[in-house]
Amino acid sequence: MAQAAGAVLQLTSISKHFGGVRALDGVSLALEAGEVHALVGENGAGKSTLIKIITGAVQPDAGSIQVAGHFLEHNDPSLSRRLGISAVYQQPALFPDLTVAENIALRLEAGGAWRVIHWGRRRSVARGLFEQIGADISCESFIRDLTMPQQQLVEIAAALGAHAKILILDEPTSALTGREVNNLFRVIRQLKQQGVGMIFISHRMEELPQIADRVTVLRDGKCVATLAMAQAGKAELIRMMVGRELSAVFPKTAVPVGNVVLRTKDLNCAETGIHEINLELRAGEILGLAGLVGAGRSELARVLFGLTPADSGEIFVNDKPVRINSPAKAVRLGIAYVPEDRRRYGVILEMPVAANTTLAILRRISRMGMLDFARERRIAGALVKQLATKTPSVDTPVGQLSGGNQQKVALARWLATEPAIIILDEPTQGVDVGAKAEIHRLMSELAGRGLAILMISSELPEVLGMSDRVAVMHGGTIVGELNRAEATQEKVLEMALGRADSGALA
Amino acid sequence: MSFEFAKYKREISVAAAYLALLLVLAVAAPRFYDAEFHDTWVNAAPMLVMAIGATLVIVARHIDISVGSQFSVCAVAAGLLAKAGMPTPVVIGATVAAGAAMGALNGVLVAGMGLPSIVVTLATMVIFGKSLSWVRQGEWVANLPAGFQWFGQSQATGQGLIVIIAIAIFAVFAWASRWLAAGREVYAVGSDQEAARLAGIRPRRLVFGVFVLMGALVGIAALLQSVRFAEVDPNAGEGLELQVIAAVVVGGTAITGGRGTMFGSLIGVVLLGTIGAAMVFLTRQAQWDKAIEGAIILAAVASDGFSRRGRRA
Repeated sequence: MAQAAGAVLQLTSISKHFGGVRALDGVSLALEAGEVHALVGENGAGKSTLIKIITGAVQPDAGSIQVAGHFLEHNDPSLSRRLGISAVYQQPALFPDLTVAENIALRLEAGGAWRVIHWGRRRSVARGLFEQIGADISCESFIRDLTMPQQQLVEIAAALGAHAKILILDEPTSALTGREVNNLFRVIRQLKQQGVGMIFISHRMEELPQIADRVTVLRDGKCVATLAMAQAGKAELIRMMVGRELSAVFPKTAVPVGNVVLRTKDLNCAETGIHEINLELRAGEILGLAGLVGAGRSELARVLFGLTPADSGEIFVNDKPVRINSPAKAVRLGIAYVPEDRRRYGVILEMPVAANTTLAILRRISRMGMLDFARERRIAGALVKQLATKTPSVDTPVGQLSGGNQQKVALARWLATEPAIIILDEPTQGVDVGAKAEIHRLMSELAGRGLAILMISSELPEVLGMSDRVAVMHGGTIVGELNRAEATQEKVLEMALGRADSGALA
Repeated sequence: MSFEFAKYKREISVAAAYLALLLVLAVAAPRFYDAEFHDTWVNAAPMLVMAIGATLVIVARHIDISVGSQFSVCAVAAGLLAKAGMPTPVVIGATVAAGAAMGALNGVLVAGMGLPSIVVTLATMVIFGKSLSWVRQGEWVANLPAGFQWFGQSQATGQGLIVIIAIAIFAVFAWASRWLAAGREVYAVGSDQEAARLAGIRPRRLVFGVFVLMGALVGIAALLQSVRFAEVDPNAGEGLELQVIAAVVVGGTAITGGRGTMFGSLIGVVLLGTIGAAMVFLTRQAQWDKAIEGAIILAAVASDGFSRRGRRA
């Protein structure tokens, strides 16, 4: 690839091996000033490694890096930062016990240990940055009290404040709602005009045409193509990413819906702001739970799973009144919950795939009190095959797998419990298109087997495509319900925004 | 399942260090094997029993520094009960119960109220220790009945018995930590308490149980120690908590929880126990052994740091 005239970053023939695995193989990429360059590829295609090479976290085995026309002999994180390279990751890397303003100040303020801190200026800088990106976050909040999307906005604000010339956005939108995405895009366009070159990674193919100028497709560590975004159709991009055609994106097949397996009546939980929840979930049904971030969807899931027990109202499982006051109780009632933040709550990174898979069924795989290791490996092996989890073996610690595959292990644990009801919180967040289609196919299959699925998703096409029914939440309660035929993006959004006159519903 | 050397690298290297030490002694001071070698194992027996409990506590990502004080209380209690003419089974039962009760107090405070274990056990360490000196005024329990010492056996049989009891307890816990669901759950809770809770495990109940077991094991350790002498020292447990934690950490248990084996702790206990004795034997100077112990602990923790860095690259 020839050196482009205004390239702020030029990677040429970058290769990188990890042990026997070839993560990158002769990848070249040019980023121009004021360009938004989308980088797409399945999980494991080499996107993360490429990003780490640009930020200096990893050294390439071969190839060269040029920043603003100068070759970098040896890149490292502090050098790349001095050169104006900033990265915003999917998993925010902030200090949980410091405030928002302090976190931003740590990125921006130079100087030694003895300098005097201007608290007022710190706060005003942070406030200014948030104003710029239109985010409503208090500078005095502690990071630990913020949601993941909010933390991401803090990261973006910090990068903004550092006057980055090259900004890497690693799946910044995967946890954001529509309004926040639009906000982010507005900010990106603003940065574009200032001449910032941006590498934008996303699995949401439909948003790329809105923001990207060019797109580079990686597959198995190789650069498949770099195209102008206007010339790249969604189907073509997906074909290049996976190397094959994907048939249907949302293969929800109609299955006969059975009895009501879960019913709630006027459920309240003051601690999480959940109130007057009335819902019904039937066997073989996928109930989509839509709403904006903060509408109370995950909080409702936590109530139903006994993490924050309800303080009034009733829950019926198979028409029997039950009290779900701990996850252990929920598991016994046949409820499974795959949480949103899988890195923190899903899998145990130190433990191998097999042990993670059986963690919720340890008693069941014990014979006379003793764990049956042969059976454990059989169950884990079967689920690895069923979910097509990419792992060297069932003895591999889960921490060594890629994010998408960790997600599959989290799902495998719950499928191993053979649940009657499964709550999936953002089941496809941050997974590539191939894995996404697989998860959708699997959900359909599970529903077909009579499982009741409660799916929380912020992606409207997913909600509309996968759900038999859609319940929309706003302000801690369900404000409306739509069946598959009547649900449209506009109707769901209107309810989610709290504007619908949904008198007859809920 | 093939045996994975990489997974047990730490245990193997500590065991190798122990064997190397025995080899050096065999060449440099063969007389060490006349009596001292035997004594290191008898001395190590109570330590081993406590280290088993401490391994569970540390794997569960907690710490118990009150075990030294618990040990003193249990030892004095055992001595007083024996002196009062109680039959040995009653003495054993009551001592173990006393330990379990102290462990249960720690457990309620840590698991029930969610207080940090280092602060809770620091407080109970002082409470147990000072209560004992207040009640007993530092008095030794002397004139123990003959039937109590060595459990009424000859010294040789009694010594053998002590080592066998400790090894048997070790075997039971080594087996349970791998083969029982509860064992797996301790590792899960120590790795990631929230993830374990989401998997339907009850972390609080489990942590409470671990502290109770720790206390009960301290009771057994105190019995094994006090039958060895004619009198019970009211300060027998002083500083023991640090020796126990050191042995567990040297044996490869991660102080951050979730990782460690019973076998590692066994080797940690005998290695630290033998080093001390060997230094005294070789140099005839007692002040060296603590410094050497400290150096070993640092080396063990440093090797953890290096291997972690290696993995990341």
